[in-house]
Amino acid sequence: MESAVSIRNLSKAFGKTPVLKNLDLDLKKGEFTVIFGPNGAGKTTLLKLIATLIEPGEGSVLIKGLDSAEEPEKARKEIGMLSHESYLYGDLTAEENLLFFGQMYGLGKQELETRATYLLKEVGLETRADERVSTFSRGMKQRLSIARALIHEPSILLLDEPYTGLDPKASSVFEQILKSPAFEASSKIMVSHDLERGFALCDRILVIKAGRIVYDGLKGDFSGFSEFKEECAPLLA
Amino acid sequence: MIRSLYIAAKDLKAEFRTKQMFNSMLIFSLLVLVVFSISFGDFLGDSSKVEKLAPGVLWVAFTFAGMLGLSRTFVMESENGCLEALKLCPVDRSAIYTGKVFSNLVIVFLMEIVTIPFFIVLFNYSLDSGTLLLLGLVLLLGTLGFIIVGTLLSALTLSTRTRELLLPVLLLPVLLPVLIPGVEATAGVLAGNGLSGISSELRLLAVYDLIFFAVSHLVFEYAISD
Repeated sequence: MESAVSIRNLSKAFGKTPVLKNLDLDLKKGEFTVIFGPNGAGKTTLLKLIATLIEPGEGSVLIKGLDSAEEPEKARKEIGMLSHESYLYGDLTAEENLLFFGQMYGLGKQELETRATYLLKEVGLETRADERVSTFSRGMKQRLSIARALIHEPSILLLDEPYTGLDPKASSVFEQILKSPAFEASSKIMVSHDLERGFALCDRILVIKAGRIVYDGLKGDFSGFSEFKEECAPLLA
Repeated sequence: MIRSLYIAAKDLKAEFRTKQMFNSMLIFSLLVLVVFSISFGDFLGDSSKVEKLAPGVLWVAFTFAGMLGLSRTFVMESENGCLEALKLCPVDRSAIYTGKVFSNLVIVFLMEIVTIPFFIVLFNYSLDSGTLLLLGLVLLLGTLGFIIVGTLLSALTLSTRTRELLLPVLLLPVLLPVLIPGVEATAGVLAGNGLSGISSELRLLAVYDLIFFAVSHLVFEYAISD
């Protein structure tokens, strides 16, 4: 079966500082992978490389078989990204934000309007569709961000510390949305500092340390993870 | 091209909802004209002196007011990580640049159109419709050159803490090839010279616009890369 993301011999350095070193990784379609690791380990850099926001120093990233360096525009169509930043325009309404990003992904008018209405309903913002995003709470913005990330029906959803700034209620609403049937089909890769939530959601756990994958475990068998728990324990603080 | 228009439409919708940038630029350009017209009050009856001074005053007002707007061009994109969201879209990065040039051109040119009647009154001009159209053409070509370079430099200075200071320092020297023929062509139009009298300046402006648009289009991707 073709992998959703296939990484081969991937290295990346910023200046003379190596951030990722010779990474090899295959992420299956539909899988929910959570990446843990200390600050500066290279987690966000890995996510940005998969998102085609930065180019690999060495090696390759294949998104559904498409080389992200050679065909970045085709690869980007497969990717939706949700960050701790909302990626939303405060002076536009919720619906206008979705319509704008849908247009940028080349969606037709009719399809886009249907999709925007559906997603606004899914994230519980259909009654606030005509209100400016600058008036929204952090939790509402994050829910709208999910809709924005999914407007073009990406097959891969990248989540970069999505719980940052969310209160417990907003976090649980966010989790319910992620688990709902509308969003189940996409492969998800989440970088998080939240061990508890990460374990609850994932099918697979990766731990990155100093630019290398030091742990790779599948759901049902995380026994080896205890070795890294101390490594990750400060993250809970 | 269509994606650039979407970006421009989004920018214009956001701008004309708040009018923050437009109002600031308009008030600034009007203040410059008023200050200069008061300073030159003694000369305003002498048409030969007005003809020498007024075109420069007009371009000073437009250039510095335009810089106010240009320094804000990418601020909206940097808030909430929107520039990253645009970079994630399946479009060539230069489409972002072209979209920004469109929206900036509309906003700055509109500010100029609103300012011109005040300029005519304050500096005692009486212009027919043909002269006004020619003045519009000069301003359009000059403003386009200003926006083309200013938008690129605005992107380049985005990640610096002193972008409001750095932008004019970098922009003004590069703008001289626009400002000199722009002022000369404006002086020619206001003196009543026809199209033939300012054709060499217009050609210079058009060539500047073409060359700098092509270069900026090519290098924009590097200007916004991490």
